[in-house]
Amino acid sequence: MIESLTLLLVCQLAGEVIARASGIPFPGPVIGMAILFVGLMIRGGVPEPLQQTTKSILDHLSLLFVPAGVGVMIYLPLIADEWLPIASAVVIGTLVTIALTAWIMSVILRRSDASGGQAEKFKK
Amino acid sequence: MKGELHEIWVYLSTTPLLGLTVTLCAYVLGYYLYRKCRFNPLVNPVLIAVLVLVSLLLASDTSYSSYFEGAQFVHFMLGPATVALAVPLYRQFHHVRRSATAVLVALAFGSLTAVLSAVGIAWLLGASRETLLSLAPKSVTTPVAMGIAEQIGGLPSLTAVLVILSGITGAVLGTYTLNLVRVKDWRARGLAMGVASHGIGTARAFTVNEIAGAFSSLAMGLNALATAVLVPVLMALLT
Repeated sequence: MIESLTLLLVCQLAGEVIARASGIPFPGPVIGMAILFVGLMIRGGVPEPLQQTTKSILDHLSLLFVPAGVGVMIYLPLIADEWLPIASAVVIGTLVTIALTAWIMSVILRRSDASGGQAEKFKK
Repeated sequence: MKGELHEIWVYLSTTPLLGLTVTLCAYVLGYYLYRKCRFNPLVNPVLIAVLVLVSLLLASDTSYSSYFEGAQFVHFMLGPATVALAVPLYRQFHHVRRSATAVLVALAFGSLTAVLSAVGIAWLLGASRETLLSLAPKSVTTPVAMGIAEQIGGLPSLTAVLVILSGITGAVLGTYTLNLVRVKDWRARGLAMGVASHGIGTARAFTVNEIAGAFSSLAMGLNALATAVLVPVLMALLT
């Protein structure tokens, strides 16, 4: 557990250093994710403790967004002023993005799966 | 007695313990209801926790900054959690590699749609310039979105809120939208959630299916990269 957590923080720190040093406008944690991914590829497997630690963190990934979400209280007056454009942009924009992205992806996948691959389908 | 209680309150409201504890309690409550309702997407735990916390803070006249003193410990974990996404991604990599072309094409369209639909709709409905710029990176994970907003002249902290709202929207309504357009492939469903609703959509995708979760994590990372490149260019063209 403690080794795995340390490993995650070391990857993040390395990511932050790379981001600052290279001046790429890109978040340290995402570079850290890439570093860990490459590490796993080289090692050729996920060590059991790392598997357990990441599972326990990712099982409640949504918890981590709560503090930033509560920040909505600061912007209640601004959001009330422009509620129609903001609500429409957020709700319609997000759902249109989901629909279009999924549709394009599934069309291309259907074509490539037809030539060999196979898909696991959502069963209702 | 009342004086004592007041003293305890004064003491507690200055320590980070209170903010941290109420954040966890609100989430545990939200998650309990989510599980009770058999993970129905409408009973989203983030939405419940945020509503409970905002009501509590407003009712007790507590400022967001003093709440955040405690909540920042939870917020901090976003970094290591993002790094941790490498593990499911690695485990599902054989799926990802086989569908690399589809991922890249869908991502390019998705990223563009996310930015243009948000800015376009808000512009048509008369949003202010500051709001438009803060909305542009709304589908990207919080730290990246805030960086982009700052770069183009939006309000980073407003962007953070819009990001969370987009995440909640996708997590709550994404399943129905995907059913409506009749996309059944887990890879496509996951990818779409990650592009439009970053980590909150990814969290939802993981509760449903691990393949969907892995594609969602991948989409969230790649979309952060795509949007960081795309938004400054688009805004320079549009303004």
